[in-house]
Amino acid sequence: MAEPVVSLRALSRRFHGPESPPVLDRIELDIAAGEFVALLGRSGSGKTTLLRTLAGLDLVTEGKAILPSRSAVVFQEPRLLPWKPVWQNVALGLRGSAARTRERALNALGEVELTHRAEAWPLTLSGGEAQRAGLARALVREPELLLLDEPFASLDALTRLRMQSLVSELWAAHRPAVLLVTHDVEEALLLASRVLVLANGRFIDDVAVPLPRPRRRSAPGFDALRLRLLAALGVDEDGHDAAAKAA
Amino acid sequence: MSGQAIAVPVAPPRVSRPRSTWKLSGARRLLVPILLVALWQGAADAGFVSTRLLAPPNAIAVAAWELIVSGELPYHLLVSLQRVAIGLAIALSAGVSLGLIAGLSKLGEDAVDATLQMLRALPFLALVPLFILWLGIGEATKIALVALGATFPIYLTLFGGIRGVDPKLIEAGRIFGLDRWGLIRHVVLPGALPQALVGLRYALGTAWLSLVVGEQINATAGIGFLVMDAREFLRIDIILVGLLVYALLGLGADQLVRMLERRALAWRPSLIQEG
Ligand SMILES: Nc1ncnc2c1ncn2[C@@H]1O[C@H](COP(=O)(O)OP(=O)(O)OP(=O)(O)O)[C@@H](O)[C@H]1O
Ligand SMILES: [Mg+2]
Repeated sequence: MAEPVVSLRALSRRFHGPESPPVLDRIELDIAAGEFVALLGRSGSGKTTLLRTLAGLDLVTEGKAILPSRSAVVFQEPRLLPWKPVWQNVALGLRGSAARTRERALNALGEVELTHRAEAWPLTLSGGEAQRAGLARALVREPELLLLDEPFASLDALTRLRMQSLVSELWAAHRPAVLLVTHDVEEALLLASRVLVLANGRFIDDVAVPLPRPRRRSAPGFDALRLRLLAALGVDEDGHDAAAKAA
Repeated sequence: MSGQAIAVPVAPPRVSRPRSTWKLSGARRLLVPILLVALWQGAADAGFVSTRLLAPPNAIAVAAWELIVSGELPYHLLVSLQRVAIGLAIALSAGVSLGLIAGLSKLGEDAVDATLQMLRALPFLALVPLFILWLGIGEATKIALVALGATFPIYLTLFGGIRGVDPKLIEAGRIFGLDRWGLIRHVVLPGALPQALVGLRYALGTAWLSLVVGEQINATAGIGFLVMDAREFLRIDIILVGLLVYALLGLGADQLVRMLERRALAWRPSLIQEG
């Protein structure tokens, strides 16, 4: 098999000195080129911490990490610069002639169906449009690794569905390796080829999702995987805390 | 013209407010001041107000006209404007440089900020006697006063604005490949601009204030001189013309900054709805 895009070996992360309990505890992770990985975990389990490490935002102090040279992030909140029109946000930091970067930005905006808002100010975008702009800004860099930190969490259910299929199409077209952080088990199963569950700083589950695409909730095997992941998260089907109920 | 003429445009992204609404609200705002002036004139005509202590509007208008025609007012105005312009130019360079130094590096903050905060605690007008001793009673003192007064608001708001830029945006800029200079240019400075423009407005305010004080010190020209000179001859009307000019200058400066804000901050969705 080809070299993995991401390779973490015994990676740990602590926030309060070397003696403090680790948020990430000797993590081992390989992500292959073009692989779509979803990362599930409870709030505070360290998902964002892991994503930041993969983005190269936090220095690695314990363990080893091999990271791709080109990665791009879409955050939970759009983080567009309000004083630049949408297309300039997409073109931010691109090298090359002004005409060329503008063309690339407009192309990327076309891919997320946002061409008509290219000249708009970011603060006038709807939540879904802003996230699409964020997606375009990530795509335009042709990343080897695309990091998505709950990018749909603040969207309404309908917009969210459309965003999910958009991400799925873009992934199929460009084939970057993707790490999608999410709270939503169904979202993970609709998009990812592999689902990781993070708890207490370690992966407690690593599930391949062999379902055919395009994915349907009604597909055979979907529900079994869903229940398995919910159990791994320690939540029963009605959303009750399984551990609390057992006690 | 009916209200229909002011149709709501299909919001073009770059235009903040439709023009016609502007004029209308401008006229509305002038209504009360005009009414007050009319009352004042009426009271003077009816003999309720001593015209010796308070010249009526028509006398002020006549005095203003005579001063303009004789070339006195334009001359003194020019002198005053020049003092403010030079003072502000100095304040802008000093305030912006210090704000950048303190805002952009921790070292700069340690070096600059504490000192400036201490200086700021001193009411700068209290420095007049020192300035007179150091700089004499000529132009230098007047300009120094304007410059000093206007430096602090510019420095403070720029420094605060730079430090207040959302760290998440800075991080985003960093991820998307901006180097340090790119971050400053594309993220930090534009983010600090709204605050800095508020500071500029304050700075203009203090500049006028310093000018008024400065021009009372043995001036031989300028609006302040005009006023002090008129006092000697009990020309209330001319004194009032001087005050009027100060007020108009202040208003004009404010409008200028507002205009600047509308252009530079067009990206902000205007929060204040016309109504
Ligand atoms: N910069 C930091 N300094 C100190 N502690 C931190 C820092 N960042 C994260 N933590 C802690 O690390 C733990 C994991 O945080 P992280 O943001 O990775 O969680 P998460 O899984 O992304 O949660 P959520 O789903 O709510 O976003 C939390 O307990 C958090 O308080
Ligand atoms: Mg998180």
